[in-house]
Amino acid sequence: MEPAKNILEVRDLVIAFDTDAGQVTAVDQVSFDVPRSRTLGIVGESGCGKSVTAFSIMRLLPQPMGKVLRGSIKLDGIDLLKCSQKQLHKIRGARISMIFQEPMSALNPVHRIGKQLSEIYQLHNPEMTQKDAWEASIEMLHKVGIPSPEIRVGEYPHQLSGGMRQRVVIAIALALKPQLVIADEPTTALDVTIQAQILDLMKSLQHEMGMSIIMITHDLGVIAETCDRVVVMYAGRVAEVGSTDQIFHNPKHLYTQGLLQSIPRLENTRKVTLPTISGLVPGLAELPVGARFAPRSPSPLAEDYLQSEEFKTIRPTLKEVEPGHWVENCPAVLVDSLY
Amino acid sequence: MSLPLLDIQDLKMHFPVKGGVFLTAKAWCKAVDGISLQINPGETLGLVGESGCGKSTLGKCIVGLNKATSGSIRYNGTDLTQLNTSEFKSHRRDIQMIFQDPVESLNARHTVGETLEEPFIIHKLGDRVVRKQKVFKLLEKVGLQPDAADRYPFEFSGGQRQRIGIARAIALNPKLIICDEPVSALDVSVQSQVLNLMMDLQKEMNLSYLFITHDLAVVKHISDRIAVMYLGKIVELGPADEIYKNPLHAYTQALISAIPIPDPRKKSKRIILKGDVPSPIDPPEGCAFASRSWISCTEEEAKQPGEFKEVTPGHWVEVHPATVENYRDYL
Repeated sequence: MEPAKNILEVRDLVIAFDTDAGQVTAVDQVSFDVPRSRTLGIVGESGCGKSVTAFSIMRLLPQPMGKVLRGSIKLDGIDLLKCSQKQLHKIRGARISMIFQEPMSALNPVHRIGKQLSEIYQLHNPEMTQKDAWEASIEMLHKVGIPSPEIRVGEYPHQLSGGMRQRVVIAIALALKPQLVIADEPTTALDVTIQAQILDLMKSLQHEMGMSIIMITHDLGVIAETCDRVVVMYAGRVAEVGSTDQIFHNPKHLYTQGLLQSIPRLENTRKVTLPTISGLVPGLAELPVGARFAPRSPSPLAEDYLQSEEFKTIRPTLKEVEPGHWVENCPAVLVDSLY
Repeated sequence: MSLPLLDIQDLKMHFPVKGGVFLTAKAWCKAVDGISLQINPGETLGLVGESGCGKSTLGKCIVGLNKATSGSIRYNGTDLTQLNTSEFKSHRRDIQMIFQDPVESLNARHTVGETLEEPFIIHKLGDRVVRKQKVFKLLEKVGLQPDAADRYPFEFSGGQRQRIGIARAIALNPKLIICDEPVSALDVSVQSQVLNLMMDLQKEMNLSYLFITHDLAVVKHISDRIAVMYLGKIVELGPADEIYKNPLHAYTQALISAIPIPDPRKKSKRIILKGDVPSPIDPPEGCAFASRSWISCTEEEAKQPGEFKEVTPGHWVEVHPATVENYRDYL
């Protein structure tokens, strides 16, 4: 039988957090697929639920506040939400792994690089000797482009620069050739020239090892350069999904369009007023049932929609506007061409 | 030609790196190592560079938060480095700063009104009623509601807090604002709102900005001139459009090529630099960039420092075999 097209399928995921103000829904019926050996981008502003979604795939939601209320996350057909802790230990690191934003807090400051890398080999292959694991660690450091790995392997994280540390984090994430890597803002803390090095490295390793990547970022430039498909999230919901080209060249959701217009670009004239999205990202405690972007929408239909009964009671579904391109089905948040 | 508002000559800021039993200076961290810059009235000078290149230290030297090791910072003719604390105070009104993280730069225990009123109290301007009116005017200017005055910083979002930071900076009608990564911590949609506000205020109040950032797309948008900094030195300086259209220094070219382009149809030709920025403690002798450049030079040449030259009117670049292609054309 031919393997399924997607390595990961997320369906109707609902995640809620218990707070002092009661239960708030951080992720509200989110669905998406990650194709094999491809990169899926999740983009959105802070608080839109992109990191929470990523943590739920790793089953790393903060306990006991974070709860998955509904939905399924299937990795190659196995529902991760139904796995026992024992099964999860076998999956994490080996089949799914994660690259974090801040390499200094992702690494343990009191252990040598080699120990942190060997650990993942030995945890998943208990029969592997210390020496073999150490050798494999050096090999892996070499693969991620760390110069003189046989020396670096014996050093501590603080002895490395930020870019080098992120290479170590990538080495740990990829050590066991996982099928899926979740990268949560992997280059946000790095300088542009180092960011370019790291993005290139991830691309070439993906080419070599064939893993799928979920790239979570707020940087549309990083998305455009690395992703095959993009999920745009707003206030805990999916606003639009499509191929990178569809999202960047034919955005249908006014939020996507607003985001794309508001970034300063090199080819634009200097010192002109930038287009903006009015208003603020809503707090999670005061979310409407209807289209959540409507209060900020520049559409002429928005005002009537906000007054309507529909806004208070009906949750818009996603509709397919062209093959593979889905958008929230509510005229008040869509670009003109759709109504 | 009018006089520059701020004239920095050969500024150096060296920090001692202490060690040993008696904590004596074992080495010097040359964060700012011989910088000369001018900022004109009403102008935005963008200062770009990677972390650790000394750009924030330079900004702090100008507002007097760091005491420069040597060199001069002339503001309207007065050398700020020679002033004592009380003499400096009168100049503080004219030179203000906006910080990257509005959460840390605002006092969490003061209401926004108290924070904004403080500059007027310190400089003994107006009585209580006048000060209150001024606070409301400031809030209006940066696009906040008057009721914001009675609220605390934590009640605001990141973008609104940065607006409060801007209001505090413009309270005393300054001439120059040092902006240290003012929009780096903000979301994309909020970032454009704050940039627009800063450009509007500049027009309205004839402000000069020193805009410090690592984001090259943002700096290109807001700046009139751009200075590129590497390891404590300016390596290229010129009009913003010129720097982007015709970058001469190998480092500037690499920086520009490294910006991810938000358009999947355009593939950038990346220049990937080798390695990391060297440490400013004991930096490489001669040309600091030679070790990372893709333009090769002999070991002998690398030990010679480059020469900072004006190659076309207003466009300055460090000319060295490892930094500029066909460098002989510029000698």
